[in-house]
Amino acid sequence: MASRRDFIKISGLGLLGLGVTGGAWSVLRASTAWEDLVAEGIRFSPTYCEVCFWKCAGWVYKNEKGDIQKVVGNDDDPHCNGRLCPRGTGGTGMYHDPDRLTTPLIRVTENGKQTFRKASWDEALNWIADKMKQTKEQYGPESVALFSHGTSGDHFEHLFKAFGSATLAGPSYAQCRGPRDAGFKATYGAGVGSPEPTDIRDTRCLVLIGSHIGENMHNSQVQEMAEAIDKGVDIITVDPRFSTVAGKSKHWLPIKPATDLALLLSWMHVLIYENLYDKAYIEQYATGFEQLKQHVRRFTPEWAYGITTIQPDQIRATARLMAAAAPAVIVHPGRHVTWYGDDSQRSRAIAILNALLGAWGRRGGFFLKEKASLPEYPYPPYPQPRWTWRDTLDGRYALADEAVTNTLIEASIPKEGQAARIKGWVITGTNLPQAIPEKGKMLQAIDALDFVVAIDTMPMEVTGFADVVLPECTFFERYDNLRNAPFREPSLALRMPAAEPMGDSKPAWWMAKQLAERLGLGAYFPYKDFSEVLDWQLKQIGSSLEEMKKTGVIRLPRKSDNLYIKEGEPMSFPTPSGKIELYASTMEQAGFDPLPNYIAHPEPPEGYYRLNYGRAPMHTFSRTANNPNLTDLMSENDLWVNPKVARIWGLENGQYVWLKNQDGMVSDFSIKVRITERIRWDSVYLVHGFGHNRKELSRAFGKGVSDTQMITAVRTDPVMGGTGMRGNFVTFLMQEPTKIKES
Amino acid sequence: MRYAMAIDTKKCVGCSDCVVACQLENNVPSGYCRDWVTETVHGSYPNIEMELRSERCNHCDNAPCVRCCPTGASHIVEGGVVLVTPNMCIGCGACIESCPYDARFSHPDGHVDKCTFCIHRVRKGLQPACVSVCPTKCMYFGDLDDPSSEVSKMLRTRQYKVLAPEAGTKPQVYYLV
Repeated sequence: MASRRDFIKISGLGLLGLGVTGGAWSVLRASTAWEDLVAEGIRFSPTYCEVCFWKCAGWVYKNEKGDIQKVVGNDDDPHCNGRLCPRGTGGTGMYHDPDRLTTPLIRVTENGKQTFRKASWDEALNWIADKMKQTKEQYGPESVALFSHGTSGDHFEHLFKAFGSATLAGPSYAQCRGPRDAGFKATYGAGVGSPEPTDIRDTRCLVLIGSHIGENMHNSQVQEMAEAIDKGVDIITVDPRFSTVAGKSKHWLPIKPATDLALLLSWMHVLIYENLYDKAYIEQYATGFEQLKQHVRRFTPEWAYGITTIQPDQIRATARLMAAAAPAVIVHPGRHVTWYGDDSQRSRAIAILNALLGAWGRRGGFFLKEKASLPEYPYPPYPQPRWTWRDTLDGRYALADEAVTNTLIEASIPKEGQAARIKGWVITGTNLPQAIPEKGKMLQAIDALDFVVAIDTMPMEVTGFADVVLPECTFFERYDNLRNAPFREPSLALRMPAAEPMGDSKPAWWMAKQLAERLGLGAYFPYKDFSEVLDWQLKQIGSSLEEMKKTGVIRLPRKSDNLYIKEGEPMSFPTPSGKIELYASTMEQAGFDPLPNYIAHPEPPEGYYRLNYGRAPMHTFSRTANNPNLTDLMSENDLWVNPKVARIWGLENGQYVWLKNQDGMVSDFSIKVRITERIRWDSVYLVHGFGHNRKELSRAFGKGVSDTQMITAVRTDPVMGGTGMRGNFVTFLMQEPTKIKES
Repeated sequence: MRYAMAIDTKKCVGCSDCVVACQLENNVPSGYCRDWVTETVHGSYPNIEMELRSERCNHCDNAPCVRCCPTGASHIVEGGVVLVTPNMCIGCGACIESCPYDARFSHPDGHVDKCTFCIHRVRKGLQPACVSVCPTKCMYFGDLDDPSSEVSKMLRTRQYKVLAPEAGTKPQVYYLV
């Protein structure tokens, strides 16, 4: 093992300053020297951001009174390189939000009306522990399910595993990146993971299939894209909407929605039949090329033109551009890919294209990521559950690698003459009604459950369905696990409290520990403060909590020096054949198409428009919709409408309309029309996460339309259970259809 | 010394990090901003061009706001930075009317407010808050009189434009195109 000093690079940046004096403008610094700020009474503490899943490390600045002033990126952090995105910069709004939950709540009935009353922590925790115990005795621990998203979920997952339940799910799989990871796993033997190992900074050609980098602020990806633009990257954007990045693209392919797979197949056709693919790479690392070649023979650009509306010469030109850049080319796997129900197959097509271009494991393509090996704290072993989330699949979704939220919801609904398997829900850090479509099923389940517990920092919709609500403190006020995400080089980031928890809010680790003690599982939480776990882990790798408090981030050397596959280097992939499977044996064995096929998807009925949705750079899902700093940047979503469509309907810019979908679902609220050439005439577009219907969210209530509410038709991916959500169609209602209801 | 800013429209994604960073740095009250993002779209589907710009006070060489200020609250300091002294400002709004960039607003405390190029940071050797956070590093700030400054280099090597040149204000925020 290397010596401690060699092992951990303690950054001087932001700590001891660069010794810059005024006038040296070429080296103007982004942040002030540590000693200057300390002299001014400024205090810092390290954190990593929880506004999204990118988890950028930063410094929380406090004034001499200890008030949190701002948060800035940690210069040493590979996720942010010293620069946070607007959500991170405005993240302090999460801490300052006056609408925060600050006390435990218990549902009671007063005068025949259900309401919440304030409760003490003891009351609330005893209530939950009693319910969990009863359920365990009567049905088994597996009948208590956990829905989670984000770092605080770690502590509850640990509690649940100790309790004997592996009935754990998060919407990040079946509502988001699941099909991508299934498609890549079937091809390369491993999913893409987070952050995506896309070598954007060194790429010469970046291909985006509906991915809107820059509107999704996946920080280091946005930064690397800007760097690549400086270096002259060619960007190809496939999107029916003229996204921000479409405006920076050499080629924008304004594809007819739901036809991407046809384009991907025709690109394969061009690469193979024009002999543009990486022959040596395919020969050495891949199997199934001949089958693929036969398969795509008929998928000519002319064939794809009829489906996608993209001109054949443009299909050829873009395929040639990719091949010319190869292997420094990325056909980006995307992230939120649950669109049409054949998403694993579309992701397979993307995976195959990258293989044909020889991009996987290559500079400017995909690097070989590595994570820090951090010893697990020595907890007692978990008991073996009698059944897990996998049993709720009931033989479906053979290639699901993680739990599917929807099957847990289904397993919570009693069927004719048959009791439900799941009896209680604990929900942490995820606002299910704004994340999972088909709210009807969710309400059925909630009605049938014995108990529902919601843990959140904010009075999100989900808390309105809970029997008990536990107020979590924000990431500014707590310890959590060290961030340890795979990247070019391994790194760890520390989150520590910058302030005392506001009101009676508490960190998740504390809640989980308190519950564990009430459930006789105290041995799984053998510490007074979670910081002891972090210190123990850091000491195992030659650092310590004290040291890390000074740096926030430590970067560790790679164990493997291969960031890329070396020319001709032997390489084994964790697939059944040990090769990149262009023809996927795992798909074939599970009864799915071993090579992707285009299937036509439903089109909007007369007078209806496909509902497309996406992200804005200043918001994360519904999580930030009430953040005072971020609502100042964007307080409501608007509805993008093509001018032709606006003319037909007589719509004016700034007019508010209600939406009705193909199933008669009418939006709770109205949305402002934005007439723009940036959207196709067969679709409309809005930003996800708005249209909150809980008055406790004073800034977000009634602002805009919730796309999730309008998604009542779901096309489920048979491969892994992803909920395809882009087959919904809406029309405009000019008048307020119903009186606004509160959930 | 002549402070200026160059902003690369080819890299800007319009994320508004500059806006929120400014609001927090300068205690800009909720609902107001000293910088903002503008989107201009030309053409019709599918032949579209778009430009995103982070805009703010242009700290003009020929600043109409300073000329029209009846009290001298609007004034010019080192590097050509245009500032407003709040306790000298009577809130008459003449400067707001005179600005072709709509860069000034009435602060709820009764004075006029706008971008200062974060002169309080610059004097400490720091970059303006907006520049320091920008994830795409599309903003460059520095001294035009120093040929080695980033902003000088950018204006030497790239094509650029300014906003409303016809107003004759000689603005000092340059857009790289």
